[in-house]
Amino acid sequence: MADRKAPASGHDKLMIGQSATGIYIAHAVLILGILVVAFPIYYTFVASTHTLQTILRPPLPLLPGGKFFANYTEALFGGVGRIGGVGVGTLLFNTTVMALGIAIGKIAISILSAYAIVFFRFPLRMTFFWLIFITLMLPVEVRILPTYKVMVDFGLIDTYAGLILPLIASATATLLFRQFFMTIPGELVEAARVDGAGPWRFFFDILLPLSRTNIAALFVILFIYGWTQYLWPLLVTNRNDMNTIVIALKKMVSFADADTQWHLVMVTAMFAIVPPILVVVLMQRWFVRGLVESEK
Amino acid sequence: MATVDLKDVKKVYAGGVEAVKGVSIAIPDKALCVLVGPSGCGKSTLLRMIAGLEAISSGTCSIDGRKVNEIGPTERDIAMVFQNYALYPHMKVYDNMAYGLRNRGTPKDEIDRRVKEVAETLELSHLLDRRPRELSGGQRQRVAMGRAIVRSPKVFLFDEPLSNLDAKLRGQMRVEIKNLQRSLGVTSVYVTHDQLEAMTLADMLVVMNAGLVEQIGAPLDVYEKPASTFVASFIGAPPMNLLPLIGDGTSFADGSATGLATPAKAVTIGFRPEDADVAANGEVPAGSVTLPATVQAVEPVGAESFLHCAAAGGSIVVRVAGRATAQPGDNLRVVATAESLHWFDQAGKRI
Repeated sequence: MADRKAPASGHDKLMIGQSATGIYIAHAVLILGILVVAFPIYYTFVASTHTLQTILRPPLPLLPGGKFFANYTEALFGGVGRIGGVGVGTLLFNTTVMALGIAIGKIAISILSAYAIVFFRFPLRMTFFWLIFITLMLPVEVRILPTYKVMVDFGLIDTYAGLILPLIASATATLLFRQFFMTIPGELVEAARVDGAGPWRFFFDILLPLSRTNIAALFVILFIYGWTQYLWPLLVTNRNDMNTIVIALKKMVSFADADTQWHLVMVTAMFAIVPPILVVVLMQRWFVRGLVESEK
Repeated sequence: MATVDLKDVKKVYAGGVEAVKGVSIAIPDKALCVLVGPSGCGKSTLLRMIAGLEAISSGTCSIDGRKVNEIGPTERDIAMVFQNYALYPHMKVYDNMAYGLRNRGTPKDEIDRRVKEVAETLELSHLLDRRPRELSGGQRQRVAMGRAIVRSPKVFLFDEPLSNLDAKLRGQMRVEIKNLQRSLGVTSVYVTHDQLEAMTLADMLVVMNAGLVEQIGAPLDVYEKPASTFVASFIGAPPMNLLPLIGDGTSFADGSATGLATPAKAVTIGFRPEDADVAANGEVPAGSVTLPATVQAVEPVGAESFLHCAAAGGSIVVRVAGRATAQPGDNLRVVATAESLHWFDQAGKRI
């Protein structure tokens, strides 16, 4: 068409009906969004590189200070006095064990239960399905007291098992896998049977590889879910060396006797943020594929 | 080297629906048996019962003389080619073909030798590293065949394997399957709803309808001597012309006399479009049926033409060689000779 406005230079892939002004506005909005999200994190990082005195004497500089190594070394290896001399390294280890345990445990349990529900015919199959489904309506908070009692009776207070086990069943993940398994054509199952694959072979050789994008997406979501758990770890851990990083962070801030060591709090906060970010960044490609694409 | 014997096989589903109502077929060694019929006739169910994917409600299925009713698909030593190929999407072509062998604990070098050998025969050698989604429909079809062949099973089972291919490729693959089956000499059961596929492939043709066998025989025998009106109208394209008779078989539905020596109890007369001819007003051989007909439509196919006509209170199709000169609305005289006539009784059975 002759009367169409020529696209702005350098933007030859404009969407239909999009003008150059529109692009500037879109970018402005996006950049503003990034600033709003990223600035607090940046500021936390800046604060983690200054001395306590600098932080307590406003205004806080906008550029990183020179105490990066001193602060981070103190937090990691010195033992943070506020939480009973436990180093951030221990906290990180605890949290990683819990988050991994929850993510892997949830995936393993839910993929197996979905496998049973979709591919096997057994009595009360639908009853079991609905039982799993109904647990969706019972959040952790509702059953937290009985769960706590059970953990005490089993002697699982202050153990990794106590941190992980109560959070390990997932109706959501089971439903997700069920929906995916139902899209697998019956012919494929039959071909595997003719090819001599028993239930386990079929599961490991065919179902698991086909589910890998779903597993990856779920892993990202569940890892972050586990990492940010607050209420349950708070209840089930008493010893300082069994704390997760989120709990420790809270304890460090609310210590009433003395000045809060803000520089170490900031370092700990940075350590609490980085692993989930790493997981998302490293698994981003899989994560997106698992959410949008179904294997053909 | 295997025979397949079905004796009074029935399939009753949980809801009481009877999909297969007692079928007995004895398939000799190395034969290619084609089960053909309209959708819902139970042919696929029957195949799946031979495969062991469906339980047999009653009757027996034996492979190579051994009763296999209670044996799973793995131990029956069969291989199946599915309609949608059912290739493992995450495995390379090589692994797709090797999977069944691996599950049976075949040594690695043996697997490698056999996969490469079969890939060679099927011209798949250059595709062994591809995944199914990177292949065309025809190539996927070949891989599915290769997966079956590589195991060298006792019996091949084909479940409408060509129905997802375009017409040209289908014709090509049909010939290939036939040649392959011949050269391998493996007993095969092939399910299709396409009568052309059935006619060209079969050593032994089984026409099924509503869960029962209508006729078993060599394709040309079935074509020449259809056992029932159903077979007559299912085998052959276009199907046989069937005209109802009234008054003890002496006249057509429109009341005109047949002028034929009708066998007793005949209520339907049939003749194939290719056996009928358009005759001038001259003499016709004794015993021929002669019908005044009005052309309603002309279908030129190229080498031949089909005239759709109204005649004797029904409609008939006549095949004429080359191009048809007739136009819609023309009145013709259609003649079919005595030896090309088929007679059927009240139950639709051949007389």
